[in-house]
Amino acid sequence: MKTILTNCKVFGKDTDKIYIDGEKFSKPFKDSEADEIIDCKGGTVVPGLVDMHCHLREPGFEYKGTIATETASAAKGGYTSVCPMPNTNPVADNAAVISGILKKAKEANNCRVYPIGAATKGIDGDQISEMGLMKEAGIVAVSDDGHPIKNAGIMRKVLEYSSDFDLPVLNHCEDKSLSEGAMNEGEVSTCIGIRGIPTAAEDIMIARDIILSEYLNIPVHICHVSTKGGVRMIREAKARGVKVTCETCPHYFTMTDDLCENYDSNFKMHPPLRTQEHVDAIIEGIKDGTIDAIATDHAPHHSDEKDCEFSVALNGILGFESAFALGYTYLVKKGVITLERLIDLMCFAPSKILKLGRGGMEEGDDADLAVFDLDHEFVFDKNKMLSKSLNTPYDGWKLYGETLLTVMGGKKTYEKLQ
Amino acid sequence: MGLKSKDLLGMKQLTAEEIMEILDTAKTMKLVISSANKKTSHLQGKSVVTLFYENSTRTRLSFELASKYMGSASANISTSGSSVNKGESLLDTARTIDMMGTDIIIMRHNQSGAPHFIAPHLKASVVNAGDGMNEHPTQALLDMLTMYERFDTFEGKNIAICGDIYHSRVVRSNAIGLSKLGAKVSVYGPKTMMPVGIEKMGVRIADSVADCVRDADAVMGLRVQLERQQKSLFPSVSEYAHFYAITPEMLALAKPDAFLMHPGPCNHGVELPTAVYDCDQSVINEQVTNGVAVRMAVLYLLMARRNNL
Repeated sequence: MKTILTNCKVFGKDTDKIYIDGEKFSKPFKDSEADEIIDCKGGTVVPGLVDMHCHLREPGFEYKGTIATETASAAKGGYTSVCPMPNTNPVADNAAVISGILKKAKEANNCRVYPIGAATKGIDGDQISEMGLMKEAGIVAVSDDGHPIKNAGIMRKVLEYSSDFDLPVLNHCEDKSLSEGAMNEGEVSTCIGIRGIPTAAEDIMIARDIILSEYLNIPVHICHVSTKGGVRMIREAKARGVKVTCETCPHYFTMTDDLCENYDSNFKMHPPLRTQEHVDAIIEGIKDGTIDAIATDHAPHHSDEKDCEFSVALNGILGFESAFALGYTYLVKKGVITLERLIDLMCFAPSKILKLGRGGMEEGDDADLAVFDLDHEFVFDKNKMLSKSLNTPYDGWKLYGETLLTVMGGKKTYEKLQ
Repeated sequence: MGLKSKDLLGMKQLTAEEIMEILDTAKTMKLVISSANKKTSHLQGKSVVTLFYENSTRTRLSFELASKYMGSASANISTSGSSVNKGESLLDTARTIDMMGTDIIIMRHNQSGAPHFIAPHLKASVVNAGDGMNEHPTQALLDMLTMYERFDTFEGKNIAICGDIYHSRVVRSNAIGLSKLGAKVSVYGPKTMMPVGIEKMGVRIADSVADCVRDADAVMGLRVQLERQQKSLFPSVSEYAHFYAITPEMLALAKPDAFLMHPGPCNHGVELPTAVYDCDQSVINEQVTNGVAVRMAVLYLLMARRNNL
């Protein structure tokens, strides 16, 4: 199967054509040799995006989303590689569960799925997991995600043991003893009577992880940074040479906590939406390179788990289908960063941190790409999402960067080019 | 005449004019309560259901009496005697009540925003009788009625509120309502019970009980929830009483004609010494009567809006 993409701008290249032969990018061939010629309508071709932090919900929570539905959603967002967190049921803390996830991912064949294994057995923060066996089964990192490792001694062992297998450790930083609330602690939480989560809850654990990483000289990756203090500490640590990397999510540079005012749980997630001061700091961190990656933290939840009392509603929002457009509209369009830097944040950097080897667009590289319409505004419509769930806060937002086509390993995984 | 909204969710949603209309109507309703024949036809043919997910004595009873004095059919659901314990969702329960032809659902819930969540899904008017730490609008209205009977205007009046500010929906509703009418609210409590950013709601954070109460026109104590001691918000009842109670000495710092309020139920000897609770300046018992009057006014004005349509 030979394919040519025409009428496109190609990221980083002075050409308007892309040649694919089988699963790989190819050197140019004649139009007459092509099985299919796709008119990209002037869209921009970029390497397929890599999401280093998401939730596919399978096994155990198929009523929220399955590997098949959520990777289809990822493909619609321009993703060709996604890394699901281990908080499934059973927990992805052993090779058998990892193998099952990979089998389902292969059947769905919408995305490359690189599972993240639990750092501790049962993500209960007590005993380190069988990281080596899980690596043999296919994990690319370890994390307890929403159940941060509260005991510093256990965190040390996780960092040390994982480094034997060259597995990055991704930590969701939150001191739960400070964070019994349901939204950011501040004047809005006080005004609407919702218990608050202080930024200090996040900052304290970021500080601890930086200290451990520096002391042990072992890398650590901080998940979804949302605070000014977190950005400052990571910036200072990087300047000292500490092997710390971090990600943020689109919601932390596009929204503030006052959106919770009407108790709409589509604005509820961990860490919570912060104030403008913190949003500004996140944008600054993206701009100066302190923040390495943009992840989605894509977290499908059933409407029964969201359409209820705010404090009872589960944490998390969908991310795959809105992430690139939010990054493009709020960072590139506004002149904060270039498109090159956005692709770094959403493809090269996460690939590098997790050693996935993604993002190449040279002859012989896997043909993973996405085509986005950067020139026309579109209205984000939750009813057009491919995720099994509906919990997006972005319904009705006007954005740039709609996906026109996604190709993974030479196969079309999403197309909107009528 | 009548309220603008279908529901009474909080003081946040009321304008200054609506608050004054409720207070003026409540003054009239109070005449009904003190008359020999406590019966009006304001709610004749209407049905009122109280749905309480939290314990309550005075709020629930005063809503019930208010609706009965005005001739409505009323019924009650408590968490122990309904399908709530079978795990039915709040929305399903509320819809079930709605579909029985209910005109007004009065709800108390331990989650902030619970009435805001159900109200748009229902035909019935929803009255918030206390939601989590958010608001308790009819308590603020009865407090304001008690003040209004003594003040010619709220403008420039100093109102002192002392106690557990963090967890108090009474404080939030009073701060919002009183600010809308031009009163100046000061609050004070242990730092462990002070919420971040409360000053953004238009209140002054005092340095001490004395600073809070000094030159006040009205002083309000708040109930200390003793179970909070286990959560290390204060070390002991005796230490709390020693440093944070409104004692006769403290009350003497307020204006000479100032009066003392408390939303009840009161822990005697904790937030208020019994001598203060019973002192001449105390209007705590009158607040209870005003609670019925203000709730009559709210129910009537909500239905008056309906009849205007």
